[in-house]
Amino acid sequence: MSAELFVTQSQVTPILVQNLTRRFGAFTAVDDVSFSVQAGEVFGWLGPNGAGKTTTIRMLLGLIKPSSGSAFVSGFNSATQTKLVHAHVGYMSQQFTLYNDLTAMQNIRFYGGVHGLSSDELRQRISEIIQMAGLVGRENTLTGSLSGGWKQRLALGCAIVHHPKVVFLDEPTAGVDPISRRQFWELIYQMAKDGVTVLVTTHYMDEAELCQRVGFISAGRLVALDSVSQLKLTQMRGQVLEINVSDPEKAVRILKAAQQSHQVPLDEVALYGAQIHAVVPDAQEYNDAIQRLLTQDNIRVNSIEWIAPTLEDVFISSVKARVDAN
Amino acid sequence: MQFDFQRLGALMRKETIQILRDRRFIMLFLGLTFVQLFVYSYAASRTVYHLPMAVVDQSQDPTSRSFVQALVNSQYFDATMYLDDQSQAKQAIDKSQVKAALIIPPHFAASVDQHSANFLMLLDGSDQFAVRSGYSAAGLVAQNFGLQMSAESVALTGAMPSLSDSLPINTSTQILYNPDLNDKWFVIPGIIGMILQTLAIEQAAIFLVRDREWGTMEQILATPVRQLELILSKMIPLSILCLLAFGISVGLGIFWFGVPFHGNLFLYFWLALLFLASCLGLGLVISTRATTQFEAETSSMIFMLFGLLLTGLFYPRTGMPLIPQLIGDIAPLTYFIRISRGIYMKGVGLSFVWGDALILVIYTLIVVGISSKTFKMRLD
Amino acid sequence: MNQFAISATNLVKEFKANKHVVTAINGLSLQVAPGETYGLIGPDGAGKTTTTRVILGLLSRTSGESSVLGFDSMNDMYEIRKRVGYIAQQFSLPPPLTVMENMLFFAGIHSVSSEQQKKRIPELLAFAGLSEFMNRLAGKLSGGMKKKLALACSLIHEPQVVMLDEPTLGVDPVSRREFWNLLGNLRAERGLTIFVCTHYMDEAERCTRVGLMYEGKLIVDDSPANIKRIIPGHVLEFMPSDFAAARKLCNEMDGVLEVQTYGDKLHVFVGDVAKRKPQIEAALASQGITHDNLREIEVRMEEAFISLIRRQKESVEQDGMLTQKSEMSGEI
Repeated sequence: MSAELFVTQSQVTPILVQNLTRRFGAFTAVDDVSFSVQAGEVFGWLGPNGAGKTTTIRMLLGLIKPSSGSAFVSGFNSATQTKLVHAHVGYMSQQFTLYNDLTAMQNIRFYGGVHGLSSDELRQRISEIIQMAGLVGRENTLTGSLSGGWKQRLALGCAIVHHPKVVFLDEPTAGVDPISRRQFWELIYQMAKDGVTVLVTTHYMDEAELCQRVGFISAGRLVALDSVSQLKLTQMRGQVLEINVSDPEKAVRILKAAQQSHQVPLDEVALYGAQIHAVVPDAQEYNDAIQRLLTQDNIRVNSIEWIAPTLEDVFISSVKARVDAN
Repeated sequence: MQFDFQRLGALMRKETIQILRDRRFIMLFLGLTFVQLFVYSYAASRTVYHLPMAVVDQSQDPTSRSFVQALVNSQYFDATMYLDDQSQAKQAIDKSQVKAALIIPPHFAASVDQHSANFLMLLDGSDQFAVRSGYSAAGLVAQNFGLQMSAESVALTGAMPSLSDSLPINTSTQILYNPDLNDKWFVIPGIIGMILQTLAIEQAAIFLVRDREWGTMEQILATPVRQLELILSKMIPLSILCLLAFGISVGLGIFWFGVPFHGNLFLYFWLALLFLASCLGLGLVISTRATTQFEAETSSMIFMLFGLLLTGLFYPRTGMPLIPQLIGDIAPLTYFIRISRGIYMKGVGLSFVWGDALILVIYTLIVVGISSKTFKMRLD
Repeated sequence: MNQFAISATNLVKEFKANKHVVTAINGLSLQVAPGETYGLIGPDGAGKTTTTRVILGLLSRTSGESSVLGFDSMNDMYEIRKRVGYIAQQFSLPPPLTVMENMLFFAGIHSVSSEQQKKRIPELLAFAGLSEFMNRLAGKLSGGMKKKLALACSLIHEPQVVMLDEPTLGVDPVSRREFWNLLGNLRAERGLTIFVCTHYMDEAERCTRVGLMYEGKLIVDDSPANIKRIIPGHVLEFMPSDFAAARKLCNEMDGVLEVQTYGDKLHVFVGDVAKRKPQIEAALASQGITHDNLREIEVRMEEAFISLIRRQKESVEQDGMLTQKSEMSGEI
């Protein structure tokens, strides 16, 4: 398939990544990654630091060239049609590149100007974005004195001032409280409803659960790509047990010892508030073994429950599987 | 007092490692020391040699010719054009073809014989250094020429030529300490102070602010470290560096620039240390107020400017109006320059510089007092 | 001697900004028992960082009492600093120092004897998984490794209490999990008291007790399980075809306690699932709104947090104490 083919199609795939590889010397930052994102989809692009997340986004934005493979945004080849890609893409980084000494409105006007909006379009966009970000009445507040949630929504507004059909959000919610994050995600889905394609990276897996589909990248390789619910079914190695006991601190010490002596094949044991979370290959099989182990040491076991894994559990399991495979 | 040498040692080790790994600082340190010494003493040298000069010799006699030759031989002037009258000479200055014009009236030889010789030197007043060099050089040459005449040197201001200010020939000037009026002799002792002041104020100001910007300060504050330990750990390594710069510049001054040291080196060292303390204290005051490195640097730049302009480093303070003089008084360099020149060039002892030394002691006490009051072991 | 590891009573902290006074902490009281892992949560600007700093004696307090291990935050600040490990929010270790030099530095300023240093530093580096990176500059470590080094440095003097202000900000999930597992080990093996401020509700679930701070006050202070129980009723989740219309509809329905958005889904709080679920389904159908399977989900800390903050806001507004519309007034 070639880029030209996509341009001529009426239904262009907003984000298309084919066998994308990027090497820095001997180090392969992105290793043969392929995926596509459909129009109006909210796609989570997840991975630990240094896994190749940002390198992928930079290649999609045409900021660095792939060593091999290709990336297309709105049908334009990121490596060769960078200017066209930029005209069709909105990008918001975690630093919120807003000017703190400009007012909210001046920031929008600035970014509108950068994207070459006419004054009529600009006037309309300013009122739309102010409305969207909930900044009505604060148009003339200095951006520096807005709190985290406002700034974040304003930064999003500035990133989409030119009506892009594809939006990249790179850790947009770092350091923002849960309420503001919820509001932000509501905005993301508003955009998606209007057919905007959103690719978002985040370190917070509870937030990633909000994505319609997620890709996990680990050590440069795509290790999982599916909807959150499917990933929970397919990608989790082992099952999570939530253990409620009388003395969780002591119980953890016992379970850790059992883990080290391979008495019970525990993938992970950790205190989780007043409970303990343990990952075992099979919940039913090891339930009794754990119960016995703890009761031996005079610990009262209130309950051991098999709980659904969180996306974070799944993510860590996938990354570990990848590390183990190497 | 719960002063603890282990903590001070740990803090100082950290500062030393930070300094040694900071290539920018090392560059700045070397740059400030060497560049200031060399730039200010060579490039900023204000004696201008080989001024292009127009000659209007209305005498055309052997005496007048040999006078012109004497001026040229002095290296201060080059006779680049010969003109017929004064108005042509003025035009030449207006067109910037020459910086000076010598007008020798008719019957020069006769006048010299009668001890009433005059000559007129027109100088381009738009070039301050040219005027000053030419003014004094012409006077000196005329004296050396052994003539009893009065030289009329007149400053000609840019487009508005005016013929005022005449110099009587019989000014007998005897220059002490610096018989050749060598600029370097005058500048080097001041530059030594300037280097110390710039390094100490700027770096002391940055040291604390940088920790605050990095977020390290809050972390260190949350440990049992005391105020004195923290401040000393920053000031001791910095002082050592500043003293190193001091040693380098005094050494270069004596051996490279050949400016003879007349005074007591031991006394000079102790007073330099006192001056250093006042500068470090001032830097500390700046750092307690500044929130970013940029702010700290800008504030210390102000003192560098004061140092250049108002402390008597280049421009004599005696001619300054009251306000700039008072502003210059804020910079500790003002006092150290007098001490430095006194000890270095004149070889005077403490009995001559004690006044300035006392001011520096009081100054140090004040800035250290202010900074220890404002520098709290809390964040507010 | 105070039996609490950390204690604050009617704590008030005011800042003077230009001409007006800003109250960052407004009569806060909390007690943390030894061995607890206490999570302080709350929206931006609730006063979490200020509280941590005042308790540590890094900021002076305006009124009230605060102490750590029985030592007063203001008067015995050096006693506290000897016994507490702290990781500040904008924390940065001196970047030009290596991992090992950082450890030695913090050991030195905590007056740890050299025999103890020889024993503890390798232990702590192993514990933090940094043994291989001993000679790497702190500035060149990844975000997660920096935080782990910070934790190791803050433990060098064997503190009884550690106070961590958003220790995992910008740290990836794998490192974050490792960091929290380290904290869990400290609790299990040493009975360390841990006080942590966080924005992340999944982290709050890992605490034994959680304080929810709002406008300088503690509005809830309980175990995560109990906090989730405070939330009225049950939560139903579904993804409607018409988001705005479905939200409006649910908000106006009888028996619906609260509606929260969750991405493209709605979370509807109801008292009686058996009764309300068919009613909601019917109402949606009557409006022609289709949806995926409408199901009950478990209440998490995040739902509880949002619900509690919203209710607090409403009650304050009813009291007429809040004249200005605050940030939280946005629709959730």
